[in-house]
Amino acid sequence: MSEITPEIVAEHGINEEEYALVLEIMGREPNLLELGIFSVMWSEHCSYKSSKKWLKTLPTEGPQVIMGPGENAGVIDIGDGNAAIFKMESHNHPSFIEPYQGAATGVGGILRDVFTMGARPIANVNALRFGEPDHPKTRHLVSGVVAGVGGYGNCVGVPTVAGEVEFDPSYNGNILVNAMTVGLAKADRIFTAQASGVGNPVVYVGSKTGRDGIHGATMASAEFDDDSDEKRPTVQVGDPFTEKLLIEACLELMQTDAIVAIQDMGAAGLTSSSFEMASSGDMGVELNLDQVPQREEGMTPYEMMLSESQERMLIILKPGKEDLARSIMDKWDLDFAVIGKLTDSKRMVLKFHGDVVGDLPIKPLAHHSPEYDRPWVPTPDSDDVLASDIQEAADTTQALKTLMSSPNMSSRRWVWEQYDHMVMGDTIQRPGGDAGVVRVHGTDRALAVTSDCTPRYCKANPVRGGAQAVAETYRNITAVGATPLAITDNMNFGNPERPEIMGQFVGCIEGMRDACLALDYPVVSGNVSLYNETNGKGILPTPVIGGVGLIKNSDKTATVTFGSEGESLVLIGDSIGHVGMSIYLDVIEGRREGNAPVVDLAAERKNGDFVRSQIEGGFVESCHDLSDGGLAAAVADMAIASNMGVEVIKPAEVETPTTAWLFGEDQGRYLISIGDAESLLEAAEEAGVSAAIVGRTGGNDLTLPGGSTISVAELRACNEAWMPNYMAG
Amino acid sequence: MKAAVIVFPGSNCDRDIQVALRQSMGSEPQMVWHKDADFDDVDLICLPGGFSYGDYLRCGAMSAKSPVMKEVVARANKGVPVLGICNGFQILTECGLVPGALMRNSNLKFVCRDLHLKVERNDTVFTKQYQAGQNIRIPVAHHDGNYFVDAEGLKALEDNGQVAFRYSAEDGSVNDHSNPNGSLNNIAGVYNAKGNVLGMMPHPERLCEDVLGGTDGRPMFDSLVAALS
Repeated sequence: MSEITPEIVAEHGINEEEYALVLEIMGREPNLLELGIFSVMWSEHCSYKSSKKWLKTLPTEGPQVIMGPGENAGVIDIGDGNAAIFKMESHNHPSFIEPYQGAATGVGGILRDVFTMGARPIANVNALRFGEPDHPKTRHLVSGVVAGVGGYGNCVGVPTVAGEVEFDPSYNGNILVNAMTVGLAKADRIFTAQASGVGNPVVYVGSKTGRDGIHGATMASAEFDDDSDEKRPTVQVGDPFTEKLLIEACLELMQTDAIVAIQDMGAAGLTSSSFEMASSGDMGVELNLDQVPQREEGMTPYEMMLSESQERMLIILKPGKEDLARSIMDKWDLDFAVIGKLTDSKRMVLKFHGDVVGDLPIKPLAHHSPEYDRPWVPTPDSDDVLASDIQEAADTTQALKTLMSSPNMSSRRWVWEQYDHMVMGDTIQRPGGDAGVVRVHGTDRALAVTSDCTPRYCKANPVRGGAQAVAETYRNITAVGATPLAITDNMNFGNPERPEIMGQFVGCIEGMRDACLALDYPVVSGNVSLYNETNGKGILPTPVIGGVGLIKNSDKTATVTFGSEGESLVLIGDSIGHVGMSIYLDVIEGRREGNAPVVDLAAERKNGDFVRSQIEGGFVESCHDLSDGGLAAAVADMAIASNMGVEVIKPAEVETPTTAWLFGEDQGRYLISIGDAESLLEAAEEAGVSAAIVGRTGGNDLTLPGGSTISVAELRACNEAWMPNYMAG
Repeated sequence: MKAAVIVFPGSNCDRDIQVALRQSMGSEPQMVWHKDADFDDVDLICLPGGFSYGDYLRCGAMSAKSPVMKEVVARANKGVPVLGICNGFQILTECGLVPGALMRNSNLKFVCRDLHLKVERNDTVFTKQYQAGQNIRIPVAHHDGNYFVDAEGLKALEDNGQVAFRYSAEDGSVNDHSNPNGSLNNIAGVYNAKGNVLGMMPHPERLCEDVLGGTDGRPMFDSLVAALS
C-alpha cells in the first residue's frame, strides 16, 4: 500500500480540513486510487462546494419546467408532447491550454449532457470571451477555439445558430469557452441517471478509455500560473465522428425499453458517472475494471477511473437486455462491455485482476462533499456618469462608424460562417440576428435560443449586471417573436476564496434571481467555473445566460431586416440616456466608468409582452432589441442587415442630449419598423408602454441627428472588416 | 419515382435530403444503411453530405471502399442517376464516378453561407426545371470543396459540357471574387461523361422552403421527379 503523504494529498487539490473528512468517511487511510476519486468528486468543478449555497436561491420552478437543476440538463415543456432539454457548460481552462481540442471537447461534452436524457440535439450556441486583441496569444486562441467549435459541431451535424464573441484584457490569461446545446425529446420519454435494480448490469459504450484528461476536473478547479502550459496532457482529445455514432446509437437504444438509467462520462469520467448513478438511486455498484475497453496497454485502475477520454456513456440495463443493446452498438461499430453490476451495499467496490483495489461509501462521498460559506464583501457602488457628463460628439455618425468598427461591436460573420448553422434543415433564423431560431422538426413550432452577458456591467454593479444578463436574453428571444421559457446559466468568476470575487458572485446571483422571478423565467440547468485567474488577476464577473423561448407559429416571427422603404422606426421603452459603462464611453471617450444601467424589471416584462403581441399579430415589419451601443447601434445593425438606408429623427420633446440619447444603454428597449405607426402607438398607449417614432427607412444612407450621412455600404464594410482583418494579422 | 438515400456512419445531411425528396416526390425515399449492399431497384440514388467515417482520412476515401458503393458504382454504370452532395460529391470523386478531387478550401477554413451558382446546362435529369445560364442561390457548408482536376481532365470537362454549376456573384458574373474555396474555373458541380451522375458541393436540399430562406434548391428535386417518374 502506497503511503499517502501530505504532499500527495496537496497534489490532489485536497486541503487539510477536507482530508480529515476523507479519513472520517473512509474510517481508514485511503489508497491512492481512492484519494484520486475523492479529489475529482470534491473538486470545485464536480462538487460546486463554493457556489452551492447561493445557487440554491435561484428560482427553478414553473409550469413549463419538467426537470430543473440536478439532472444532466434542464427539461421544459414546449407543447404537443415535446420537451426542450438544454444546458450550458464551460470548457475554459482546457481551451486556454489547447484551444482546438479544448473547445471541441467542450461542444462534445454538452452534447452528451443533452442526448443522455433522450433528446436529439437540434441547436448549439457558444459564448466565447478572449483577451484584448493586441495580446500576443489572442489571435491564436480565437483561431483555435473557433476551429474547434466548428470542427466538432459541423462533423456531428448539429447547427450552431447563435452565440457571442467578446474581447477584454481581463481574459488575457483565462479565456471563456461556454457551450450550450438544445435538444428535442418526447416529454414522456426523458431518461435520467437514477440507477435501480440490484444485479442490473452496468454497461460501458462508446470510445475506449485512454490516458487523456486525467485530473481534468481538478485542473479546472485551480488558478493558472506561468507553468500552465505544462498541463496540456490533461486536455482531452475529441472524436466527433464517434460522438455522432454515439448519438444515433443511444437514441436508437432509447427507442427500446432496455434502459434503466444512463449517464455520460464527462468530467471525472467513470468515477463521477458511476457515483452519480448509484448515488441518485441509493444503490451500490461493483465494477470490474478488467472489462473496461482500453485504448492503451497497462492502464492502472487509477488511470481508468480518472481518465476523461471522450465519447463514452455508462448505462444501467434491465436484466436480459444485454444482447439487444450489444446488437445496436455493433451496428454503429461502438465498443460495448458489461463492466459491473448494481448492488445493495451502497458502496463502490472496484476490482482489478481479481483484487479489490478500491472500496468507498457512495452517499457520503457524493453528498457530504464539503460545502463552503465563503466570506464575501459587496461590490462598492460606483459613481455614475450622467448624460450631461459626456461631451457631445462632434459628428454622431462618425462616432457610430468608429463604434461599429471596434473589436466588440464589429460583425461576427467571420466566426459564424465557420460553423454549419443550417444542417438539419430547420434553421429559420441564422446567426447575426437577435436569436437563432430552429423549427421543431415536422411542426409549425420553433425554438429561439440566445446567450448574453455584459461583464463590464457585472463588474460595476453585480446585482444590476446579473439582472441585465437575464433580461437581455429575454429581450433577444422576444425580439424574434418568441415567448421566453427558461434559462441555463454559466457562472464564470475568479477565485472564490477572495471575498471581493465571492461578492461579485453573490451579487450576480441576486440580480439573476430578481430577474428570473419578475419575468417568470426560471433557471433549469447551469454550470459554475471558478478560479478563472492567472497570477492573481481575475476575469470580469461573467454570468453567461442561455435563454430558450417558444414560437407557436413559425410564420409569425420578426427579424432585424426592414420590410420596405418608407417604414416608420418606433422606439419602445424609456430613454434617459444612461452612458455609465457604455460601449460609447469606453470606445469613443476611452473611459470605462460609471454604474451599470438600472434594469426596471416591471417595464422589461411589460415592454416585452407588448412587442411580442405585436409580432404575433403580424403587425411588425422588423424588430431589434437595444443593447450595446444603444439606439444608434441598433439602427446600424438593421440598416446593414436590410441593405437599406434610414434616417434617425430625434423627437422634439426629448430633452436628453443627443449623444446620450443615441448611444445610451437604457434597458428594456426595442426598435420596430412598421408601415402603420399610428396604430402601434395607440396600442402602446393602451398597454402603458412608451413608444415614439424616431426615424424612417429608405434610400441608401444612414443619417443620425447631430451627424453627417454615411452610406450603408460603407458602414457595412467597416463593420465586417475588423474581424477578418484582425485574424489575417 | 423510387429513390434511395445511402446512409454512411457520419452522414449528417441524410435527413435533410430525405425531407427535400419527400416534398418533391410525395412519397418516402428509402434510407439505405451502408452495410446493406443489397437494396431495392430505384430510379435515383443520393449520397448525402456529412463526415462519413469522420473523414479523418481524405474526405470520402473510406466510404468509397464500402460494400454499398460497389453496388452504387455498378448501378451508375448501368445508367441509374446518382446525386452526390458535399460529402457525397467527395465520395463520387474518390470512387471515380466523376473526375477530379476536392482539396482543402484555399483559405483553409470551413465555410457555411449562401452563395450563387450559374446553372450551365438544363438538359439533364437534374436541371430541367432551371434555365441554362440561370443564377440561383444555394448554400455551401464544407471544409474541403476546392475542386481540382489536371489540365487534360479540365479541358475534357469543359469540352464535353460536364461542368454542372459554377460559383457566381449575385449579378451572375463568374470570377475569383465569387469563388468561395479556390475551385478551378469556379466549378461547384460536375457530371460524369454520360450525364447520369452529378456531384456538387452546394446543398440544394437546404433551400427548398420559403421559411428556410429560399426555394432555389427545389427545382432540382422537382426535375428529378418529373424526369424519373
